[in-house]
Amino acid sequence: MNAQEVIRSIEQEYLKSDLPVIHVGDTVKVGVRIQEGGKERVQPYEGTVIAMRNGGINETITVRRIFQGVGVERVFLLHSPRVASIQVLRRGKARRAKLYYLRDRVGKATRLKQRFDRPL
Amino acid sequence: MSVGILGTKLGMTQVFDETGVSIPVTVVQAGPCTVTQIKTPETDGYSAIQVGYGEVKEKALTKPELGHFQKSGAAPLRYLHEYRLEGTDGYELGQQIKADAFEAGQIIDVIGTSIGKGFAGYQKRHNFKRGPMAHGSKNHRAPGSTGAGTTPGRVYPGKRMAGRMGNSRVTIRKLTVVRVDVERNLLLIKGAVPGKPGALINIVPAKIVGQAQ
Repeated sequence: MNAQEVIRSIEQEYLKSDLPVIHVGDTVKVGVRIQEGGKERVQPYEGTVIAMRNGGINETITVRRIFQGVGVERVFLLHSPRVASIQVLRRGKARRAKLYYLRDRVGKATRLKQRFDRPL
Repeated sequence: MSVGILGTKLGMTQVFDETGVSIPVTVVQAGPCTVTQIKTPETDGYSAIQVGYGEVKEKALTKPELGHFQKSGAAPLRYLHEYRLEGTDGYELGQQIKADAFEAGQIIDVIGTSIGKGFAGYQKRHNFKRGPMAHGSKNHRAPGSTGAGTTPGRVYPGKRMAGRMGNSRVTIRKLTVVRVDVERNLLLIKGAVPGKPGALINIVPAKIVGQAQ
């Protein structure tokens, strides 16, 4: 067993197998585990995936939403136990891998066209 | 004054702890090491055990080396290392030292050889500031002054200058063992260790000032 295989087998134990297929431009609902006064609860966070980074155990998505008129971007480590669930709500049509241009837009211009060729 | 283990750095990855925090870890193939010689005050003037690591073909070693391994009944090994001890009780020739000598949560020191950077300049080797890159400046990566003028009329020894960087013995202290895989003799150590994947490293229980070993 070479070094890469050993490392992959260690990572394998931490990888989630039930993640949905996510693409850039999709609208997702992420359940985030948060600690509140010794109690744990799952808080939903909904927004558009504007970037995906890395692969394997280090894979992350950047989810952007407008909250009370302020743009909020959160980066989620997909395989982290803190990410309790991910649900794809809507498939969006994006022509590039990083949708950073959405940061410069407000209101209606931030919408992405929906695409129907990918199953939810 | 405690026995460590020799191993090979395999690479880095990350694991999650029970609270969901991701921990950067270095995966190390630790051992199995074989005790190849036991040194006692009667025979050598001090007590220590010598361990070997890294099996090789017989033809890779010289006859004297093979003879040394024959005495302990060990297979031909690439690396030998000695650990000084108070007493050598409990160790015998041919005994295997495996990753289970360590446990999760233990504090360790890791000794290895840092990555060689070759002949490195002032900025890389000693973190000097660089000069302006524009406005007609020609002083980009030059060192600046190396000392005073006619008095003393020379550069003091120890002045930081360009030269060979890296490829030297480095000890990283107080790292934590995150996980021990007894079956495959793997150690997951929090943080980075010296060298590239494939490098030989020496893992010993942490030496902490004021704490008995």
